[in-house]
Amino acid sequence: MIRLLKKSYAALIYLFLYAPILILLVFSFNASKARGNWTGFTLKWYLELFQDRQIMKALYHTMVIAVLSSAIATVIGTAAAIGIHNMKKLKKKIVMNITYIPVVNPDIVTGLSLMLLFIFTKFRLGFVSLLLSHITFNLPYVILSVLPKLRQLDKNLYEAALDLGATPFYAYRKVILPEIMPGVITGLLLAFTLSIDDFVISFFTTGSGVSTLSIIVYSMARRGINPKINALSTLLFVAVLLLLFIVNLRTSGTSHEHKKRSEQKW
Amino acid sequence: MVKKCRFLLAAVLLAGFVLTLSSCGQDKRVVLNVYNWGDYIDESVIDLFEKKHNIKVNYDTFSTNEDMYVKIKSGGADYDVLFPSDYTIERMIKEDMLYKLDFDNIPNYKYIDDRFRNLDYDPNNEYSVPYMWGTVGILYNKTMVKEPVTSWRILWDKKYSKQILMLDSQRDSIGVALKMLGYDMNTRNLAELEAAKEALIEQKPLVLAYVGDDVKDKMIAGEAALAVVWSGDAIYMKRENPDLEYALPQEGSNLWCDAMVIPKTSKNKAAAELFINFMCEPEIAYKNADYIGYSSPHTEVKKMLDPELVADKAAYPDEEDLVNYDIFKDLGDYLKVYDRIWTEVKSH
Amino acid sequence: MKKYWASYPYLLWMVIFIFLPLLLVLFYSVTVRTEEGVRFTLEHFQRFMEPIYLKVLYRSVKLAVICTVICLVFGYPMAMVLAGNHFKRKQVMVFLFVMPMWMNFLLRTYAWMTLLERTGLINAFLSWLGLPSLNLLYTEEAVVLGMVYNFLPFMVLPIYSVLSKIDKSLIEAAQDLGADDVTVFRKVTFPLSLPGVFSGITMVFMPAVTTFVISRLLGGGQFTLIGNLIEQQFLVVGDWNFGSAISMVMMLVILISIGVMSKYEKENEGSGLF
Repeated sequence: MIRLLKKSYAALIYLFLYAPILILLVFSFNASKARGNWTGFTLKWYLELFQDRQIMKALYHTMVIAVLSSAIATVIGTAAAIGIHNMKKLKKKIVMNITYIPVVNPDIVTGLSLMLLFIFTKFRLGFVSLLLSHITFNLPYVILSVLPKLRQLDKNLYEAALDLGATPFYAYRKVILPEIMPGVITGLLLAFTLSIDDFVISFFTTGSGVSTLSIIVYSMARRGINPKINALSTLLFVAVLLLLFIVNLRTSGTSHEHKKRSEQKW
Repeated sequence: MVKKCRFLLAAVLLAGFVLTLSSCGQDKRVVLNVYNWGDYIDESVIDLFEKKHNIKVNYDTFSTNEDMYVKIKSGGADYDVLFPSDYTIERMIKEDMLYKLDFDNIPNYKYIDDRFRNLDYDPNNEYSVPYMWGTVGILYNKTMVKEPVTSWRILWDKKYSKQILMLDSQRDSIGVALKMLGYDMNTRNLAELEAAKEALIEQKPLVLAYVGDDVKDKMIAGEAALAVVWSGDAIYMKRENPDLEYALPQEGSNLWCDAMVIPKTSKNKAAAELFINFMCEPEIAYKNADYIGYSSPHTEVKKMLDPELVADKAAYPDEEDLVNYDIFKDLGDYLKVYDRIWTEVKSH
Repeated sequence: MKKYWASYPYLLWMVIFIFLPLLLVLFYSVTVRTEEGVRFTLEHFQRFMEPIYLKVLYRSVKLAVICTVICLVFGYPMAMVLAGNHFKRKQVMVFLFVMPMWMNFLLRTYAWMTLLERTGLINAFLSWLGLPSLNLLYTEEAVVLGMVYNFLPFMVLPIYSVLSKIDKSLIEAAQDLGADDVTVFRKVTFPLSLPGVFSGITMVFMPAVTTFVISRLLGGGQFTLIGNLIEQQFLVVGDWNFGSAISMVMMLVILISIGVMSKYEKENEGSGLF
């Protein structure tokens, strides 16, 4: 009895979580622009979506920014994690606290502080400022993904490699890097999704001619309900589903811990 | 496993590299950054311009004059052509943010109706070329509002509680309250402004929402009975939903004009002027006016448009209807008082 | 392994893009630009102390607290259900729970707009039942609903992860000693789950108190929150000094709440998420 109660409670919560999304998906195929009623199946919104210059450009920007920022953040972040791992206790503590600043700070403050920096230094707001901002908020997540792998590392491995005549750099590349690779990849994927998902920081740090999908959605949503957004949501939902499926296949055990981290974003 | 990971990483890096390359190498054409109101152009016009002049247009939109002004003022963006409204143009001229136009490059200026030349915000017409104009009035749904709509007072009628949409724009909303009370929309009289504030606070419980462009969608869908709207939007909405009607309140209202200007951030003034001139080509101006539905200051366009539309008082009102219609003036530092009042109303 | 230098690019990066920007916010918040130049002032903070702004702060905190309480009340049982052995494929259930969070939160908020409108689906359903339509969108409740919808998983997951780590033998021991289910929960399970509860509270309260998007989209511009105020100062009014001052106040509110929470967490020796 109690078991049934618990299950139906869970069912209710799942309904609460999924109903709005599912309705959005279903109505992306609705012929009528009006919401209350279903007037027939259509793919017209998808067609319009792909013909919309602004949306297509935003999609392009979103992808380029996500790919570049996650790749750069992964390189810098992995190196940083190796450095931090080798630090003494006090120094490590200080650096880790700095690392947590962008995680803990409200996004709106991170966003506007970066905007102030760019304007103060007369840096043109646009693609580059957006990219720099995305790298900035991605970095901590890469580090937080790589550090645990470094901690699990057997110290002797590296020394053994050195004893066998490897240069330190060679030893890192051939011994350490492969060992921490799962963490690096998780960091990369995490950074990638966070970058795609971000709205607030992008909103403040973008300039002429460059907007991401989130920004477009915000301005479209402010203009009112638009079936094109439904179509866009459907496509993004399916894309995320696929991405998550791939990630889950790869790291079925560990991914959960990282998801939790990402939730602290915004 | 490791190999797969490395492959993935390499692929991602490569993809990023290729994408940046393609975005750099893509275009050697001149790039023109255009910043306009949302939904305020027939987008095919941009393609036509790009093809005709081999110039790439970066088209971007804003939702309020203030948004646009702050973006330009902060120096974070370098647009070439802007479409601000009257009072913002006045302010930008005052603050030396605009280039004087070279009208030799804009021969199509000859089509602009005299009525819209040399308006107060640009007295000698040196900085701007009018794009669209219109009024602010009340749009109502005839199935929900049975009485004749003649006055702003109807927006304070308790009968329509939670069925009224106001504009989320300080100048417009405070202006409506000022006109309702019989004051000037550009007043600097603190007592009058206080009265307007009290009126807006009194009205707030009746208001469904303070909206921007979403007003169109909401009124067409029948979400509300009354809304303060720009005349151009009203024409569009009437077309979409025949139950809607537009009224010009007798107390007077705001007459506005949006015009094209070139900010000093522009690095390509000649191309910008080319663009402005292109927008004034009769064919192009007609396309825009037809698509947007706003009233055009272009003499040729008026001849080409559907006669029914030109006869519509909402789109092209008679001069005598516009007696008490003020054009917004730049308030300078006094704007802070308006801003404060608006914050007080909204946070009440 | 003395390879600190590997972290130097990162440290430099953080100094430029995290440290300096925050210093700038601080700088703007305590200065004013006059004809003679820039001078130190506390007037922006003074201005914030005026009733209209305090009212905005009060409303933000109030809505965030309401949202946090609702999330806790509904989230805790959900975490218990997830942590218990009710489902054959527990991992899948947790995955399904997290899934919607991977969708852009603007889209999730937007989804509610289409539901709550007067011509939206809920009202269409009501009128189908012959009931009068309700004013759902553009109310304070809609804003809270949007927050709860977006932030509920932040409450459930930390509690779930603490609950699923609790040593089952503790509960069995309590039962052996004659405790009934309620007592076990009150004396064993709940106290042990407190660290999760505290991090859940922080993780819900923080984004809720700083949001400007949810209140803009679901509140119809009527419910100015502190986030909206900041956005407005920077992007509409252009008063960066006052905007920075409000941001400083907001950071203070957040830091205090995090400080309080992590103190509790430490006292309970939990695995803090921060």
